[in-house]
Amino acid sequence: MAFNQPAVSRSAESVLATNKVLRNTYSLLSMTLLFSALMAAVSMYVETGPGTYLLSVGGAFLLIWLVLPRTANSSAGIGVVFAITGLLGFSLGPILSQYLALPNGAQLIMTALGGTGVIFLGLSGYALTTKRDFSFLGGMLFVGLLVILFAALGNIFFAIPALSLAISAAVILLFSGFILYDTSRIINGGETNYIMATVALYLDIFNIFIHLLNLLGALSGDD
Amino acid sequence: MDWFKIGSAILIGAMIIFLLPRAKQMVKHSPKAKEGDWQALLIPIGLVVLFVIFLIMSVR
Repeated sequence: MAFNQPAVSRSAESVLATNKVLRNTYSLLSMTLLFSALMAAVSMYVETGPGTYLLSVGGAFLLIWLVLPRTANSSAGIGVVFAITGLLGFSLGPILSQYLALPNGAQLIMTALGGTGVIFLGLSGYALTTKRDFSFLGGMLFVGLLVILFAALGNIFFAIPALSLAISAAVILLFSGFILYDTSRIINGGETNYIMATVALYLDIFNIFIHLLNLLGALSGDD
Repeated sequence: MDWFKIGSAILIGAMIIFLLPRAKQMVKHSPKAKEGDWQALLIPIGLVVLFVIFLIMSVR
């Protein structure tokens, strides 16, 4: 039995490390979601224009591409995560204001918010309890994301409402897959940096919320 | 065409350029699905589809 001990202790260490990444990820994720909501409220209060969305999302993606990879292993990374999620939250202001101007706007926003919460908690809980490895999805999810981006690029110029709805439905399914993929990466040791894990899960939630809101807004029968 | 459309197109184009090499790498290096993996994926995704339909019905 004695020669089994190193393996057991290694495995226990790995479980402890995984639990620590999970705990830190969910703590940081909940704080960034609250901060994001606060920034969205600020953006609505100061009545930012439609260009805010583009500038904020552009700024957030520049941070994700250029700054986050260099700071993710230091405490500065936490500040960068708050900057990214704050900008993305701020970008929601003009969209939420537009929906609130509709007669059932508040109901649509709350339904999309609650729906996103249920989807995230359900899928994350599923990945955590089954502990299944969803890493096989990686290639398919990234190719799917590229296809959606090409379709979205085309729809900027063609502006087909049905295509916009199809894109939103596809984004909800794709990022549902990303929630399973990202959560399983944390559980199975594929992602050991809680800052990167938080940003990945935040983007999943952000995209599902925006596109669920678009879908509900378009299909609610209230223009 | 207004500047908002041009800005959106530039942003999405940049995302595509950034993601393309990562997608190629992911396709090459992703492990193959094992038995039961697809079933384990389709059940929760199917439930998400039903849930979204339920949400749409609830706001109509």
